[in-house]
Parts: sequence; structure tokens; C-alpha cells
Amino acid sequence: MSASSNRLRRLSALVRKESFQAIRDPSSILIAFVLPLILLFLFGYGVSLDTTRTRIGLVTEEMTPLTQDFAASFQASRYFDVVIGRDRRLFEEDLVLGRVRGIVVISADFTTRYTAGNSPSIQVIVDGSDPNTANFVQNYAQGAVANWEQQRQADVASHSPAISVEQRFWFNPELTSRNFLVPGSIAIVMTLVGTLLTSLVVAREWERGTMEAMMATPVTAVELLAGKILPYFLLGLTSMTLCVLLAVFLFGVPFRGSVAALYALSAAFLIPALGQGLLISTATKNQFLASQLALISAFLPAFLLSGFLFEINSMPTVIQWITFIVPARYLIPSLQTVFLAGDIWPMFGRAISVMLTIGAIMFVLAARSTRKRIG
Amino acid sequence: MWTRLYALIVKELLAVLRDPKGRAILIGPPIVQLLVFSYAATLEVRNVDVMILNRDSGHWGQELIQRIDGSPTFRNIEIAASQAQVQVAIDNQTVIAAVEIDPDFSRNIEAGTPADLQVVLDGRRSNASQIVAGYLSQIGRTLAAETPAGKRTGAGMVSSVPRNWFNPNLTYQWFMVPNLIASIALLIGLIVTALSIARERELGTFDQLMVSPLRMHEILIGKLIPPMMIGLFHITVYILAAVFLFEVPLRGSLFLLYGSAIFYLGSVAGLGLFISALSMTQQQAILGAFLFMVPAMLLSGFATPIENMPGWLQPITLINPLRYFLVIVKGVFLKDIPLSEVVNQTIPLALIAAVTLTAAAWLFRRRLE
Repeated sequence: MSASSNRLRRLSALVRKESFQAIRDPSSILIAFVLPLILLFLFGYGVSLDTTRTRIGLVTEEMTPLTQDFAASFQASRYFDVVIGRDRRLFEEDLVLGRVRGIVVISADFTTRYTAGNSPSIQVIVDGSDPNTANFVQNYAQGAVANWEQQRQADVASHSPAISVEQRFWFNPELTSRNFLVPGSIAIVMTLVGTLLTSLVVAREWERGTMEAMMATPVTAVELLAGKILPYFLLGLTSMTLCVLLAVFLFGVPFRGSVAALYALSAAFLIPALGQGLLISTATKNQFLASQLALISAFLPAFLLSGFLFEINSMPTVIQWITFIVPARYLIPSLQTVFLAGDIWPMFGRAISVMLTIGAIMFVLAARSTRKRIG
Repeated sequence: MWTRLYALIVKELLAVLRDPKGRAILIGPPIVQLLVFSYAATLEVRNVDVMILNRDSGHWGQELIQRIDGSPTFRNIEIAASQAQVQVAIDNQTVIAAVEIDPDFSRNIEAGTPADLQVVLDGRRSNASQIVAGYLSQIGRTLAAETPAGKRTGAGMVSSVPRNWFNPNLTYQWFMVPNLIASIALLIGLIVTALSIARERELGTFDQLMVSPLRMHEILIGKLIPPMMIGLFHITVYILAAVFLFEVPLRGSLFLLYGSAIFYLGSVAGLGLFISALSMTQQQAILGAFLFMVPAMLLSGFATPIENMPGWLQPITLINPLRYFLVIVKGVFLKDIPLSEVVNQTIPLALIAAVTLTAAAWLFRRRLE
């Protein structure tokens, strides 16, 4: 028998062994299929960056038709759930305990100042311990004030602003956060399957000594690694497919690109993800350490340093450098593009080549450290 | 009993700390995480690039470009020559937004008729885009107030005075660091405890433990205390970093914070032991811990407020220990919340600890028979 057919036979035997191992353990299925479902579900329904009604306290220190009219503009706002009171002290405790997110105070001289043509002021007190919500409340309060003014002026005389700014949001005109969170979470799912699961499985072999046993067989290090990763590569793609089907058919996220681009990007991403998993396991040879390292170096960066939730441009320069080696940083914008914008190959080409480069480096490092262990 | 328990605790601590790699992983990464993530996780928008397509040849178009250029939010201003160029730049995400100035922008302003400005934004990054849209409209409004028409109607406007309590400059780190204290303690605590029994089971030493003179509750306590000690160590390091490195004000009482932290760590360790009791191998324990951790992080009020979640999902957050401890850490640091509120949030933690520990003990006993 020729050397190459021997090699193929060995590889297929290894792949079969790994596949059985992966499928037999319920926890692999848990990570590859159940966790993706939960994640998608949470990002599809639970976690939303769209602010819905925020509860605020509205303090009217005087009751006049004018202040009532003004308060009505807050009550009419679809962003606020307004509780009215006469004294701000009523709400101060609520703000400390987080029962309201802000207090709007209409001071006692509002009507006199307004009718006299002096610009009256309102105070918007917000809970700064959550800066994001605080910002939203400030902005929406300004919006409610602007609405009210426009209405008043429209009553007095026809008036339109000197410069009108017309905004158009391409690709996601309704600004549904689900439309970009769900594609992004698919990258997280593939990170879990590619890096966490792989690193655990291989670390277990080291821990139990079965890796050394494999080394003693005619199998080469490269074959051994290839046999390890192929099943997880396929598992990763399967779990991605499941996610995409759910995203499109359950959550109604538009899919404007091509299936070919989706698979090309995902396959290119799984290379560094799997390489990292292998590298972690050969470096630690211990399941606890491997899980911690996978968590710290793959899962959390995919979440926090990839542009998924936080803008990379706003991070300090040193941290921006770190993001360049996070594979998810390249996948997430591309996935969002495949879903929402369509095939933009110059962008995908760049992403794929960078991910493959990172993957190649990971594999070389993993192969080297595997060989060293037996030498 | 005390000597037996003491021996078990020492043994458990050694099991985790004996290995130099194990020691390193419990000390190094949590600190790196705190540093990296507290600086990285910001929803502010800075240093973004915008494109401008100026079809106007007059003074006001130039004025607008200068205003945008002068704003600290924007890094590079690219001038486009055609609509097609705008399309490519947005598609490839080289810019987040493009401003199109109408050919008769200046003429309209001088004539006192409404002038149009179109802003195209990348909806794929809709959160950042909305913030950028806000900044650009603000620039438009300020410019409008200086036009001849704007100056006539400026008087008598209502001004709103913002007051940010607890965090006057809305410093993002003041929000992030307390959040990270609670969540990283969960990440590490859960895995350390989840593994403690699963490891023994995989290695076969759990049976030895069972035939030792140790009683079931002693084994559980012995497994519970070391991860809590490690957790308290982490929390202490984080509190020091929060106060001295990030200069987050510590307005409330440290005593309350530590008091509730013990219950929080107890509930985390209880959950970990429960997962450990369910799993046969270390891999199952780690992945099981993960299966709990990810939803726990997302449904804690850390990333998005719980009140924004759909009504049917909110009750699920009630079994999440992170949810309660986040309120306590943020509250003690920034708001100096009263004792009664700390107690209100600690009671559910104690309940979670009690329920999970009982369940874990029951499961172990059942597995033995």
C-alpha cells in the first residue's frame, strides 16, 4: 500500500474516533447546539440596546396651564414612563435605589420667565451610575423639550428650522439592535465551539496521558492535529448553520449576502479559533487552565474587543493594538455585512486573509509545541 | 471536626495553588482583564471618520465642514467627489457616516429658507451611528442658531440643565469597574468550584473522600470555603485597584460590601457545587458552568438594564446572583445605598446559596446510593 493511502486511512480513523468522542459526550452537544440557542435567544429577545420606556419622576413645582402642557409633552413621549410629583425629595430616594432613572424638575418660576420671554430652564437629574442610560435620558429629555417648543411655535406662527438635518441609516433603517447583535453572536458561538471546546478536549487527552499513547503510534503530529480539528471544524460550521437559520427564520434578520460568502468567512474564522484552542491545550495540558485561558483569551475578547458591543475606535490606542490579533474583530463586521448589506468582497477578502494569517501562526505554534513535548 | 475540616480546606487550597500555572492563572489574568476591559468597554464614540460630499460652493458649506473637523468626536474628514465614493466608503466601513451638503445650501441660508443637509449612516453599527447622528445634528443646530434666520428666533427657548448624580462627568470606568468586580468574581468562582468535585470524580479520589471520616456536610463546607477565600482575595485586589488606580469614589461602607460579598461568593460556590454534582467529568463541569455563566452575564443588568428586557424574561433574572451583587457593588461605591437596601439585595443571595447547597448535598448522596 502506498504511503499516501496509509496516511489517509490513519487520518480517517482519527477523525472517526474524535467524532465519536465529540458526539458521545453530552457536554459537546450542549456547547455546540444548546448554548447557541440560548445565546441567540437572549440576543434576539432579551438583550436589546434599544431603550424602551424609562421610568422618570417629573416634578412640577408650580401648577399652571403652561407647566401642565409642558409636562404632557413628557407624558406623550414614547421613551418615558412618567410619575408626577410636586416635590423633588419624593423621588430622590427612588433615584438612589434605581426605581427611577431620572428626575425632571420644572422650577416654580417657569411660567413667569416663559411669558416674560426670558428663557426658563428645567433640571434633568439622572442616575450617573449607569452612564449609558443617563445619556439616553438626557437626550430624550431634550427631545421632549424640543418637541414641545416646536408645537408652541407652530401654534404661534409657522416656523421651520434654518437647517434641517435628514438622517438615513443604511442597511438597518429601523435601527433594530437585534439585526446586528444576532449576527455578532454567531461569531461568539463559533469561538466557543472552536476554541473552548477544542482546548478542553485536547487538554483532557494530555491530562489522561492518551496523547502520549497516540504519539507512540505511526501517526505524525500533523495528522494528529488534523484529526483533532476536523470534527470540530465541521461541528463549528453546523452550529453556525443552525444559528443562521434561526436568525433568518425566527428572528427575521435580513440576509442580503450570499451563502458562499457566509461559509467562506466562517471557515476562515474557524482556522484561527481552532488553532488557538490547540495551542492553549498543548501549552497547559490541564482542563482547568485550558478553560480559564480559553475564557480569557478567546471568549471575552470576542465579546468585548471585537467591536461587537463596544466601538474599537473609542478604545485607548494600546487596546486598539490588541484588537488586531482578535480574529472575531474581522469576522463580526463581515458577518453583519453579509446579513445586512450584502456581498462586499473587498472587505471580506481582507478579513479572510487576515484571519487565515492569524490561523497559520497559531497552527505553527501549536504544531511546534506538540512536537517538542515528545522530543 | 475542626481539624478534619481544616485539613480538607488546606488540601483544597493546595490542589488549586500548588501548580505554578494554576497560581498564575488565578492572579495574572483577572488583573489584566480588569485593566483591559474597563478601558475597552465604553459606549462613547470617539475617533471615527466621516466623509463629506460638498456640492455647495458658498461660505456656509465650508463653515459646516470646519465645525465637523473641529469636533473631538471625528478623527479624519474625507472629502468625497461623488455619490459613488460615499457608497464605497460606507459599504467598506472606512467611514461611519457621510454628510451631503446640497448645492443651494448657502443660498438657502442667506435667503432665510430652510437648508437641507443629508446624513447617511452605517446601520450595521447602529448604536454608534445613532450617537454620531446626534453629534452631527448638534453641529447643525449650533450652526443654524448663527444664521440670519436663526438669530431672529433664538430668544425665549427652554434650556435644560443636566445634572448627573453619583457620577457628574459620566465617567464610564466608574460604571465598568464595579461591574467587573462582580462579574469576574463569578467567572472564576464558578469554574473553580464546579471543577473541585468533578476533578476528584474523574481521578477517582472522590470515593476515597467518601470513605474518609469526613461527613457529607463537612466535605461540602471544605469544598465551599477555599473558592470563597480565593474570591475574597480577588474582590480585595479589585477594590484596591478601583479606588487607587481607577479613582472610583468609594462612598459607602466597606463593611457592608464585604458582608454581602460573603453571601454572594457563597451563592456562586453553591451554584458551582450544584453543577459539579450534576457532572461526571471535568469537561462537563466546565461547560456546564459556562452554560450558566453566559446567560447570567447577559441577564444581570450589566450590559443592558433589566427593565428594558421583555416582561416574561425579567422573572428569570431573579435566580441570578450577579443581578443582586451588581446593585450592591455599584450602590456601595457610587451611591452610598442604605443598609436596608443592602439587606434587601443580600437576602436573595443567601436563599440562592441555601437552595443550591442543599440540592448539591442531596445529589451527591443520591449518586452514592
